[in-house]
Amino acid sequence: MRNSIKMAILVVIAAGCCAIYLFHDLNGSFDYALPRRAVKVIAMVITGFTIAYATVVFQTITHNRILTPSIMGLDSLYLLLQTLIIFFLGSGHMIAVNKQVNFLVSVAVMIVFALLLYRFLFKKGDQSIYFLLLVGIIIGTFFSSISTFFQVLIDPNEFQIVQDRMFASFNNINSDLVWLSLIIVGVVMIYAWRFVKYLDVLSLGRETAINLGVPYDSIVKKMLIIVAVFISISTALVGPITFFGLIVANLSYQFFKSYKHRILISGAIVMSIIALVGGQWVVERVFTFSTTLSVIINFIGGVYFIYLLLKERNAG
Amino acid sequence: MIQVVSLSKFYGKKAVVEDVSVTIQPRKITSFIGPNGAGKSTLLSMVSRLLDADTGEVLIDKSDAKKMKSNDFAKRVSILKQSNYMNVRLTIRELVSFGRFPYSKGRLTDEDERIVDQSLEYMHLTDMQERYLDELSGGQRQRAFIAMVIAQDTEYILLDEPLNNLDMKHSVQIMKILRRLVDELGKTVVIVLHDINFASVYSDWIVAMKDGKVVKNGPTEEIIQSESLKEIYDMDIPIQKMEGCRICVYFNS
Repeated sequence: MRNSIKMAILVVIAAGCCAIYLFHDLNGSFDYALPRRAVKVIAMVITGFTIAYATVVFQTITHNRILTPSIMGLDSLYLLLQTLIIFFLGSGHMIAVNKQVNFLVSVAVMIVFALLLYRFLFKKGDQSIYFLLLVGIIIGTFFSSISTFFQVLIDPNEFQIVQDRMFASFNNINSDLVWLSLIIVGVVMIYAWRFVKYLDVLSLGRETAINLGVPYDSIVKKMLIIVAVFISISTALVGPITFFGLIVANLSYQFFKSYKHRILISGAIVMSIIALVGGQWVVERVFTFSTTLSVIINFIGGVYFIYLLLKERNAG
Repeated sequence: MIQVVSLSKFYGKKAVVEDVSVTIQPRKITSFIGPNGAGKSTLLSMVSRLLDADTGEVLIDKSDAKKMKSNDFAKRVSILKQSNYMNVRLTIRELVSFGRFPYSKGRLTDEDERIVDQSLEYMHLTDMQERYLDELSGGQRQRAFIAMVIAQDTEYILLDEPLNNLDMKHSVQIMKILRRLVDELGKTVVIVLHDINFASVYSDWIVAMKDGKVVKNGPTEEIIQSESLKEIYDMDIPIQKMEGCRICVYFNS
């Protein structure tokens, strides 16, 4: 089967999922239910887009197909931030209650953190991407431990609110934030799309890429910043969900069997839209909200991750 | 012409390459020889900007390599390293097509396709162009990578131990192709070699390095002499002339 046909089928399925989600059981409630559902669908599309793009790019830069950008510690930083806000300012404070302010603060903190981390590591000149990852893991673990420490001290009622934010959820998404995210992602994407052609060459390894005239180090830095921006936006919008990227990226590699990032990234994006919108519909209609999508994603993702590990071991 | 002007590289305090100045002759095969750890590969990496030099500069046709755009550099100088680890599964043709990246940025024109065809033909890979790289033997893989470099169509071709892990037949095949690149297409080839007999038989010019410095630099007949080799390798190496070639008999010296 040709890749264009595969892509067409996926797009049709994705469109179908969105249509079912929007119109199933609508009972003519075009003024009330439809706009609310539409906002959720757009949020899921943004999340799917950012996570898929960031994960595929990150895996190409690191030459590793079982890593996700969460290794840089951005999700842990988000949770730490939420914990600290509730612990020190209380759940009634403006930053905790007002979603717009919370979103902007979270995105700003995460991006500033990522930039500081890169700056610190790349300043030395002799930079290794694996050193960055190692520092990311350690800092991420550090953030998680601090979060746990404060969560133990926190008032149980307040802890409920923190716990709510520990899992990604599409159930109550603020429509203003969706539009804001859409604009940011759109602007970043206009800037980022020109680098997609370099990604194919990056996957040939550093030396071959430099030989072929790719300004390797500067491209890698720019791509890492774009990854950080995308992860920050999706995390602040719906919660930590980077694990999800691992699934869609690898499904896309297996399904398309191509080296072209234009295809791989588009495929991963469409697949994540199918998974998120389809999955959310199942959560709402089949499980009637008795669970959240991120629980299902983490469960399926975990099983798939073990499968990948076993497969890689057999291949080696 | 590639001019290397007092190039140095330090790891900590140890100089791996120390104040090396060499001029690469155009339209010739220049071989870099010398014992392990002499700094040959490091020098080649610095010339091809895979590695930043600590001091000194590289001039490509009199212009400073550092000030050239990556893409323009890639149209003039290509480098092939010993190990070519790859994360993706490619066919030979797809790999060779990447050689056109500096020109077409991934969208191949008819002209690019024609050059890719020629490169494949040149390396005798046309029949197997749809095969995947991971299905190939070491020699075929090496040929595929050289085909990519040919498609890149640069005046200067730098190769770091291209004969590594190849048997006699394939080594000879590769060296003959490099010779043809110089004689037929007018390329300038710079190559790091371990087997001095290949250097002796196929190269025009030899640069010998030891402990990060150039110890000998001259035409092949001058360097392949027992006295010179003694200085480079600390071994007494008798030289036999056979069918017009100077062969170093180093096996029991």
